[in-house]
Amino acid sequence: MDKSEKLALILSGALLVVFFGAIMYAAMAKDIDVPTCITGMDPFTTDTLFQTGPDSYELQMVARMWAFQPSTVRLPVGSTVDLYVTSQDIIHGFKIEQHNVNLMAVPGAINYIRVTFNKPGEFLYACHEFCGAAHHTMAGRFIIEEGGL
Amino acid sequence: MSEESFRFSKSNKTLIAVLLIIPMVLLFIGVYGGLMQTLFRAGIIQSDPFVGGDYYKGLTFHGVLNAIVFTTFFAVAFGNSLIPYSLKKALNSKVAWTGGILMLVGSVMAAIMTLIGEATVLYTFYPPLKAHPLFYIGLTLLVVGSWVASANWVPMYLTWRKENAGLKTPLAVVGMFTTFIVWFIATLAVAVEILFMLLPWSLGLIDEVNVMLARTLFWFFGHPLVYFWLLPAYVMYYVFLPKMAGGKLYSDMAGRLVFMMFIVFSIPVGTHHQYMDPAISSQWKLLHGIFTFAVALPSLITAFTLAASLEHAGKKNGGKGLFGWIWKLPFFDKEKWFFAYLITGLLIFIFGGIGGIINASYQLNTIVHNTAWVPGHFHLTVAGPVTLAFLGGSLYLIGQVMNKEVRLKAWALFSPYIYTIGLLIMSYGLKIGGLMGMPRRTNTGASYANPDSILFQADWMVYINMTVVGGVIMFVGIVMYITSFFTTVFSKSREEEGVITFPISEPLHDEPATWLRNFKPYIVIAIILIVLSYTPVIYDVIQSTYGGSPPYSPDSPVPLR
Repeated sequence: MDKSEKLALILSGALLVVFFGAIMYAAMAKDIDVPTCITGMDPFTTDTLFQTGPDSYELQMVARMWAFQPSTVRLPVGSTVDLYVTSQDIIHGFKIEQHNVNLMAVPGAINYIRVTFNKPGEFLYACHEFCGAAHHTMAGRFIIEEGGL
Repeated sequence: MSEESFRFSKSNKTLIAVLLIIPMVLLFIGVYGGLMQTLFRAGIIQSDPFVGGDYYKGLTFHGVLNAIVFTTFFAVAFGNSLIPYSLKKALNSKVAWTGGILMLVGSVMAAIMTLIGEATVLYTFYPPLKAHPLFYIGLTLLVVGSWVASANWVPMYLTWRKENAGLKTPLAVVGMFTTFIVWFIATLAVAVEILFMLLPWSLGLIDEVNVMLARTLFWFFGHPLVYFWLLPAYVMYYVFLPKMAGGKLYSDMAGRLVFMMFIVFSIPVGTHHQYMDPAISSQWKLLHGIFTFAVALPSLITAFTLAASLEHAGKKNGGKGLFGWIWKLPFFDKEKWFFAYLITGLLIFIFGGIGGIINASYQLNTIVHNTAWVPGHFHLTVAGPVTLAFLGGSLYLIGQVMNKEVRLKAWALFSPYIYTIGLLIMSYGLKIGGLMGMPRRTNTGASYANPDSILFQADWMVYINMTVVGGVIMFVGIVMYITSFFTTVFSKSREEEGVITFPISEPLHDEPATWLRNFKPYIVIAIILIVLSYTPVIYDVIQSTYGGSPPYSPDSPVPLR
């Protein structure tokens, strides 16, 4: 191996280590993680939204051909939501625009992520996994309002 | 017989020609589907004017024909030519034809089912959407055929090794075996998915399937699949490109190291497609992420080695200075049209590689997963370097095996450049649209891009329109290519008897690299990593999912039974 080749190899390795360090930093220091395996949650077939604390809520969302239930969610600014998503029929996808929420809704499994809504506005969630003929109409909105409900 | 040539039997030449021509027709149907999709997405058309059906049917045959059928055929045809050529050993015709016929029958079956709308399940065929059983059988035959075809090369190689003890295996052969070792291990998982789950379920022999398990098995196959696509292109980059540029391969050892690293790290990475999935613990997702970073390393080494090889060639051609050599490469030499297919692919792969690392970056995947960013990304890989190398390779091979001079060389030469311009525009539109939240696999023309819909997203429109412009330019590039390809096929053969040759590069730095001369240890390490990385994933999936899923048609929310 000649000198420049060795250097290229070392720099490539170092680049990947730096990228990996950034991932670990985001996970450890910023607590930004991907969905994990949920156990101890009973399967649900209907949607529910309830308050669990002054600014916190739990939302159980059901995806099915071709609608999200609920399709509109109104919450005050500053709400933190424990979001559970499942599917009643086939695979769907759920992503809230401008937020770090992206979940696959798979039948036979419950997906989970926690999200905080820090700014007011309407945020679209469009189904992003092909789920049949009317897939492109499957969407909903979070409406985040200033100053409480 | 000269040093650089090897005579193929007539039957084998015919086989290779068939394995190139029929998939080329299927590829063009798929490309047509791709063009229609950009029009669907922009709301320009509501149903397919020629084939009929909706966006999703078109998306299915675009994916199946272009990404699965065309690529598998090319890899087999390429191996059937390059391996006998490099080892100077004749191919066993019977076995080769058996493999080829299985692949042809399977592909045509799957293609027909898709085109008549009986398999609108996209090329990932996730249950519980159900396709016609013949679709699954067709895919199985395609895969089994490719196994038969590649198993045919093993005795040739073993005999060669016995006869040439102590010699290095030609790099081209190392690359092709790497391709098919990765393919064989990966397809085992999808074979389990199809034969034990989807096919009996589709036939009604079993009632329900575990969707998460099927999905996990699919991605066990789905990511190494991209290396199966990429590796034959790497073979052309390492083995052909330096010579075509007028130089030598900078480092032979780098090539061998890269291929062995692909064997080790190609497979224990699939869960990075499932970062956003339920039922898999995040630490195992992270483990697959780490291995994905490891598999980025051989591509970074490749970037260096190829750039160094091109610099060496450019300087030999008279280029001076730090960058002067770049302009001494044969970009627009009509006689070296093949070079254009490889160099454009390499340029595109810079963006494809960066996008891949972004996708693999764990939490960052939250922003891009299943948005239009993803097709934006993989068109810069499989529809970029892979497709271009395979198109260039197909045209080169067809001229060789049919003993014909390539026709319309100017068209063949400019096709990849035009295609590249279109591709960069289209992928830019998809990627930025994706960052804004535009979903992939979605007929936006009927909702998000329709001004009359309550879902209309005005700020996505400029990017959706960009995909139309890019898509049309890409299509023009492909039409130019196809014209050159079929004009060559139907032209008169050369008078004199032809011998097949390949531009095999010599190494500039050649080291013994004895530790890279045997596949076995790397296969063993790969198996260990697969067991370590997939056991906990499969355990999580089985242990935390509940109930099974009956089959669904894409047209109704009521299960089929």
